[in-house]
Amino acid sequence: MLMVALTNVFALVNPWILKQAIDMLSRRFDHGTLLRYALLIVGMSLVEGIFRFAMRRILIGVSRDVEYDLRNDLFAHLLLLPPSFYKRNATGDIMSRATNDLSAVRMVLGPGIMYSINTLTISVMATALLFKISVSLSLLAFLPLALVSFTVKKFGAVVHSKFEKIQEQLSTISTHVHESLTGIRVVRAYHREQAFIEQFERSNNEYFNRNLSLIRISGFFHPLNGFLLGISSVMLLWYGGRQVILGQITLGEFVAFMAYLSMLIWPTIALGWVVNIVQRGAASMGRINALLDAEPEVRDVNAMPVEIGGRIEFRNLNFSYNGAAVLRDISFEVPACSRVAIVGRTGSGKSTLVQLLGRLYPVPDGSIFIDGHDINRIALGNLRRAIGFVPQDAFLFSDTIQENIAFGGIGDPARAREAASVAGLDQDIEGFPHQYETIVGERGITLSGGQKQRATIARALFTNPRILVLDDSLSSVDTYTEERILHRLADAARGCTTLIVSHRISTVQDADQILVLDEGRIVQRGTHSQLLDQSGLYADLYEKQLLKEELDVES
Amino acid sequence: MSPHEEEILGKAYDSRLARRLLIYLKPYRGIAAVSVLLTLAISAVQLAGPYLTKLAIDRYILRKDFSGLNFIAGLCLLVLLAQFALSYVQNYTMNWIGQRIMSDMRLQIYKHLQQLEVAFFDRNPVGRLMTRITSDVDVLNDLFTSGVITIFGDVFTLAGIVIVIFIMNARLALVTFSVIPVLFIATLIFKVRVRASYRRVRTAIARINAFLQENITGMAVTQLFVQEKRKFAQFDERNEEHRAANHQSIFYYSVFYPLSELIGATAIALIVWYGGNEILSGALTLGSLVAFIQYSERFYKPISDLGEKFNILQGAMASSERIFKLLDTRPQVFDPEQPEQSPAIRGEIEFRNVSFHYNRGEPVLRNVSFTVSAGEKIAIVGATGAGKSTIINLLNRFYDVSEGSVMIDGVDVRRLPLGRLRRSIGIVLQDVFLFSGTVEENISLHDPEISRERIEHASRIVNADRVVQKLPNRYLHRLNERGSTLSAGERQLLAFARCLAYDPAILVLDEATSNIDTETELLIRDGLEKLMRGRTAIIIAHRLSTIQNCDRILVLHKGELKEAGSHQELLAHRGIYYKLYQLQYKEQLAPTGTL
Repeated sequence: MLMVALTNVFALVNPWILKQAIDMLSRRFDHGTLLRYALLIVGMSLVEGIFRFAMRRILIGVSRDVEYDLRNDLFAHLLLLPPSFYKRNATGDIMSRATNDLSAVRMVLGPGIMYSINTLTISVMATALLFKISVSLSLLAFLPLALVSFTVKKFGAVVHSKFEKIQEQLSTISTHVHESLTGIRVVRAYHREQAFIEQFERSNNEYFNRNLSLIRISGFFHPLNGFLLGISSVMLLWYGGRQVILGQITLGEFVAFMAYLSMLIWPTIALGWVVNIVQRGAASMGRINALLDAEPEVRDVNAMPVEIGGRIEFRNLNFSYNGAAVLRDISFEVPACSRVAIVGRTGSGKSTLVQLLGRLYPVPDGSIFIDGHDINRIALGNLRRAIGFVPQDAFLFSDTIQENIAFGGIGDPARAREAASVAGLDQDIEGFPHQYETIVGERGITLSGGQKQRATIARALFTNPRILVLDDSLSSVDTYTEERILHRLADAARGCTTLIVSHRISTVQDADQILVLDEGRIVQRGTHSQLLDQSGLYADLYEKQLLKEELDVES
Repeated sequence: MSPHEEEILGKAYDSRLARRLLIYLKPYRGIAAVSVLLTLAISAVQLAGPYLTKLAIDRYILRKDFSGLNFIAGLCLLVLLAQFALSYVQNYTMNWIGQRIMSDMRLQIYKHLQQLEVAFFDRNPVGRLMTRITSDVDVLNDLFTSGVITIFGDVFTLAGIVIVIFIMNARLALVTFSVIPVLFIATLIFKVRVRASYRRVRTAIARINAFLQENITGMAVTQLFVQEKRKFAQFDERNEEHRAANHQSIFYYSVFYPLSELIGATAIALIVWYGGNEILSGALTLGSLVAFIQYSERFYKPISDLGEKFNILQGAMASSERIFKLLDTRPQVFDPEQPEQSPAIRGEIEFRNVSFHYNRGEPVLRNVSFTVSAGEKIAIVGATGAGKSTIINLLNRFYDVSEGSVMIDGVDVRRLPLGRLRRSIGIVLQDVFLFSGTVEENISLHDPEISRERIEHASRIVNADRVVQKLPNRYLHRLNERGSTLSAGERQLLAFARCLAYDPAILVLDEATSNIDTETELLIRDGLEKLMRGRTAIIIAHRLSTIQNCDRILVLHKGELKEAGSHQELLAHRGIYYKLYQLQYKEQLAPTGTL
């Protein structure tokens, strides 16, 4: 603040020196003083420059620091938010808050503050100096300036409404283009290209006309401002000139007056701009706060670290999401080191059931237990580290395959090879251009669906979990490979409890216990052979699968 | 495609692109010339200001001449008025040209898109094409309004100032100009540095965006593996780089702005000092000194604006390159040069040894041959990915065959005029596409030859009329985008009406798989039966009732035609159809059998 004021003090000194110099020139001449004045002008602007340099660096620099902190806070908060939040909010929307909104807020903190302080101090000081030179001249010169503010306001409203009409038409055009491109097959099938082109042409012409109508008005705005400011100088020339002739002000004061007046032009215009920035920034801050206020649904309450063995129990679990019951009255036990499979149609609640085990959603108290502890009382990090989770969508980071497998972080990096071999991925990796150092994803090689799934299995195995959860993680792998992986998994995961979700019978038939889910309830349970003996969903699924396999073999 | 990927920091000037852009200016060259002349006139008028000040001081103020002062103030007022009027007209003409060119360009791109084959739209996401027609074209507007034309004004202003002050006092002019090289070099260094740090900032923000995008998508994985701390550290590193890049850029700006002011002040100091001495020797008047100071201040804006113009030019080049690339994409499916002038299409179809692949080595159809006589009804069945919809796409040339030929009435479809071919095939796709507009427009698709009577008649026949009668404004009811207020079945009926209004010789239907309520289901079944009457029909069937209504069934399996025959024959054959029947159609028997 002080810095800005000082900067402007020095900025205002120069016209004053100029005034002294010219006054001297119009009276008597002195080489020495002249040189002194000249050096003074350079000196003053050097000092001003140093202050201005510091002002910019500090004010704008601080705004970048705040932006940095705010962005870090945002991401730290995002790390706490549950999957339900990411389902409700589009990625694009969250990103736009972390970038566009953040930069709008920064604009207020940086340039916004800088220019408003600047405008304020310079106009107060320059006005004071102008009045000091001549009150009547100042009043006369200010009259057009006041008109400028008035026209800015007046025109603003008209321009705004015209602008909205343009935006409206633009959205009409966009909709038309979007529709006619997504519906391109219909347009082509009925050979209506020409009709759509004509329609587009009409919208396009209307857009042109609306733009022109804005230009007709807004084109007035700039020249008019220039004109009013010009009037101000003419007033000065005419009335100020008279005052010089009458000896009321000196010629130097006359020239200094001109300089000060021109210094006021920019602040007058900047004012509207700053108001705009502040308005946008306030709206953006609101959107950022809305994000920061989103509550992490899952957090540790009275949780304690626990050594996890692997015995799981679901006890009368009821779970609703967004008011709809997803799971009803789920009870089952999984002894440590045994293998349980969950089958059912799409939407039967299989995935939700295993996700609850990792507390990706808030779990009702007293419904899920591990080794007899309510999982809500087990520290979240502790719980999740004990579970090797293979989610449904095989998501990999765009990083090396090594980093992706060793994502869990704990343990010897060399174990990644072991994990890859169990997951049946080792031979694929040997074929990659840089083996384990090959980057996957957008910037690297594209893996097939099956390779991705196997990589996520390796990732889960790497952490040596007590509990392994496979959420439909073999769907993109052919039945032969699947069989091999399951076989090796049975060896490697001998020490851990395994939960397998699948819609494929072949995946689950060797499980110690199979649960059949339908509309959120367990409708059947037992081993493969027990379930086949009952007529029901499981037997149906099995029969269909056999048929499908037959069809696949046919060629 | 994310915005940062679109950002190509290419070269600022490419003569090939520039020449091509100028073609768009050609129809308006008259107005453009006027605009340039006006720009020059404005520069000239602006030059008068300081000179009038000089006259006022030297001739009238110092000589205490009141009437002269009145005269010169009047003259200033006139100059202002002239400047005002000229600026307005100039601004208007320039923007008119810009808007006109944009409008022309959008239309050209849209027309071009309407010519490109359907496969093109499978490869290019609609969002990207929209960007071409909107934002990329907008960027070019800047080029024509604030770039090309004003540059004449800037150059003229600079030249004008130089000439005027040399005439006033050549020695002082030289002294004043001594700072220009310094300013020029400072600006040059600044622009180069700022561009480098601007790139660094863009790269940093792109990395932040990419990181966010990926990690929001994979958030559950991070949480499940308890890697929040590591991810935060990775984010912090990118965020920090962004901050550092910005601090660097702030530094350059903080140095440059005060520096250019210092250079300006030095110029004024030189004028005061050297000019003062000149006044002493009588070679310069006091008014000239003031005018000199004012001129020197006007010298800076055009120079620093040059950097801005450079950016505009660079952006415009990148955008125009993308636009031209799109415009240079040649359509792959087009009208034959010498189309077959056959009589009205009867509707006999033949696929002769047709193979097709989207990507080499991944055949979708393999050596498929069959014939459909005029008026025959064919059902095509097969598992997902068997190549059923490809048959439709090849028939009306959404795609062209890779091998073999598709013939209608014995003529290869590639030898028929595209318009006539497509108008003789009525298509109802699985997911019925409706446009935002009235029901009437959706049925006629803006064909003036299809009268209201014909629309209503067609709607009544296929039972769509019942749907329309329920809408508040009947046929003039406006449907919103994609007709989302209607059920899938209702949309299907409207598509039937659309198809019948066009009265095609061949009907192609990709039956909807979605669940439709029983009442609408019956309306559809009845409507379809009427629609098929007297036409050749090819139906990709999902409903047993539809299949049973057809004369013949073709079974596609993994891109090959495996079985053909009637429902009973194929069941007795106990092949693929039999299995498909068990898997997909048998269950439909229970509910539909009772109807």
